[in-house]
Amino acid sequence: MTSTLNQPSTSGTLPSCLSLENVTISYGSFEAVRDVYMDIPRNRVTAFIGPSGCGKSTVLRALNRMNDLIEGCSLRGRVVFDGQDIYAREVDPVEVRRRIGMVFQKPNPFPKSIYENIAFGARINGFKGDMDELVERSLRKAAIWDETKDKLKESGNALSGGQQQRLCIARAIAVEPEVILMDEPCSALDPISTLKIEEMMHELKKSFTIVIVTHNMQQAVRVSDYTSFFNAEAVEGGSGKVGYLVEFNDTERIFNAPVQQATQDYVTGRFG
Amino acid sequence: MRSETGQDQFTLRRRPWSERSIDGGFRLLTILLASLVAVVLLGIFLTVFNGAQEAMASFGLSFLVTSGWNPVNNQYGAFTAIYGTLVSSLLALFIAVPLGVGTAIFITENLIPRTWREVIGVMVELLAAIPSVVLGLWAIFVMEPLLRPFLNFLHQSLGWFPLFSTVPKGPGMAPAILILVVMILPIITAISRDALNQVPQELRQGAYGVGSTRWIAIFNVILPAAISSIIGGVMLALGRAMGETMAVTMIIGNSMNFSWSLLAPGNTISAMLANQFGEADGIQVSALLYAALILMLMTFAVNILAQWIVRRFSLSYN
Ligand SMILES: Nc1ncnc2c1ncn2[C@@H]1O[C@H](COP(=O)(O)OP(=O)(O)O)[C@@H](O)[C@H]1O
Ligand SMILES: [Mg+2]
Repeated sequence: MTSTLNQPSTSGTLPSCLSLENVTISYGSFEAVRDVYMDIPRNRVTAFIGPSGCGKSTVLRALNRMNDLIEGCSLRGRVVFDGQDIYAREVDPVEVRRRIGMVFQKPNPFPKSIYENIAFGARINGFKGDMDELVERSLRKAAIWDETKDKLKESGNALSGGQQQRLCIARAIAVEPEVILMDEPCSALDPISTLKIEEMMHELKKSFTIVIVTHNMQQAVRVSDYTSFFNAEAVEGGSGKVGYLVEFNDTERIFNAPVQQATQDYVTGRFG
Repeated sequence: MRSETGQDQFTLRRRPWSERSIDGGFRLLTILLASLVAVVLLGIFLTVFNGAQEAMASFGLSFLVTSGWNPVNNQYGAFTAIYGTLVSSLLALFIAVPLGVGTAIFITENLIPRTWREVIGVMVELLAAIPSVVLGLWAIFVMEPLLRPFLNFLHQSLGWFPLFSTVPKGPGMAPAILILVVMILPIITAISRDALNQVPQELRQGAYGVGSTRWIAIFNVILPAAISSIIGGVMLALGRAMGETMAVTMIIGNSMNFSWSLLAPGNTISAMLANQFGEADGIQVSALLYAALILMLMTFAVNILAQWIVRRFSLSYN
């Protein structure tokens, strides 16, 4: 098995926000990803790339315990956030998800008004301040205020796909998490909406740590500071392929001077 | 079908006469079957309406609010049965809705291990398979005796309250209500379960993703998204409860003496029809049909309301 690389020279210099320590995630008895080590730096954008089925989403969901909702999914190893293993017994997964928000592949606004979509998360987390102000601020940060300010009472489902996704980003922002996880947030969107979201991410990383899964390598180059390349390989006697982290480094280096041959093949499109 | 020589053959191919006539025949058949339903419905309605006319003429609308039912001097008022129908079905709903929706939540949201969920789901469905006469027997011989000490206690402690003002002596409204709960629970559970299953998984993830607890996710996001279908199911169950006959007539006591009390014997329209129709003659038949007409109108209203609610409040996720 290829050794998993964690480049201390890059991420070691920045304060790390989330660290995966020897993380293995299984669905039932099937190991989906194996032995992942990674230090995700604070206030940067980290992209996960790799062929589909290699476990990018699985690892991403492990970062805020979203996998808890999937029956049979289990994790070995440690995921350390702010010095605390989020899988420790005493940790409340609800609190983890409040501090580590998530944006999903398919836009999923609540079937409520635009205003309520934003206010909901804040309210359930005990927000006491000026709700109107929070709604406006969150929508502005997600670059969708201008399009929605006149119809805050209308249903979030009435927006276009790209607008819905930005609404979902605003919804995540409103809870004021420290990290925002995004699982292929633009895969269902048109190029213009995609561009808007990419531009927004450069703003967002000033206040949040962002981890984004993308199947689009140009997107990884455009938005991310760090990139991890995942791959999957068949295991002897196993039923499916098991994913693993091949290489984690500056985006610059991953795309221009990767250490691993597999990374080189993948980023240059010579992937079999 | 397509040959090498080109598409013309394909696009210009004439459908043979036999194929077209099968199509036409099939169309005719479906129209016929569909109109049959309408004809049967109308036929039933007209028969009942016709039969009820004599009673409608002699008792008018006061039939709805008077409670005497006296075949000796032919004085009839259906209030006891109407009260019994409404109270028994509404109270049964009141108990069965939280139970059924709660069960559906337990079955669909992974609060308990999958095997348990499946066992519970199958058991609820089996409940629907029990014939109502068997439930009626069970109610007479098992449930009512078990229930009686509790009903006695209710009477002793809350006897001042009209609903509990009589001494429970056996069959009555209270056990009938509970048997109705058993009978409508499967419908409510099954429809709520389907409704909850149709809530997109993404919506659940979205709710948990902003830091919802289980309860918040269920009560603020998942249930509201499913509520229209659930209400539709509840209304169907209400229709079922109002029309349910066999088990109810076995345990309700079939008394036409009006009492507010749930602990006293009572009657429902359908129970009354089942009991009296065989021996009725003259204007009593007409009075019974008048009551049947009222029951039909009530269940129609409930069903129409159910469809309206489903249409009005159903949300789209696109
Ligand atoms: N909910 C699930 N239950 C069982 N297996 C799953 C589930 N989600 C993903 N997997 C499996 O885990 C592996 C990794 O999937 P995923 O993380 O979705 O990959 P990626 O996001 O990189 O395409 C795949 O083999 C997939 O079949
Ligand atoms: Mg994925």
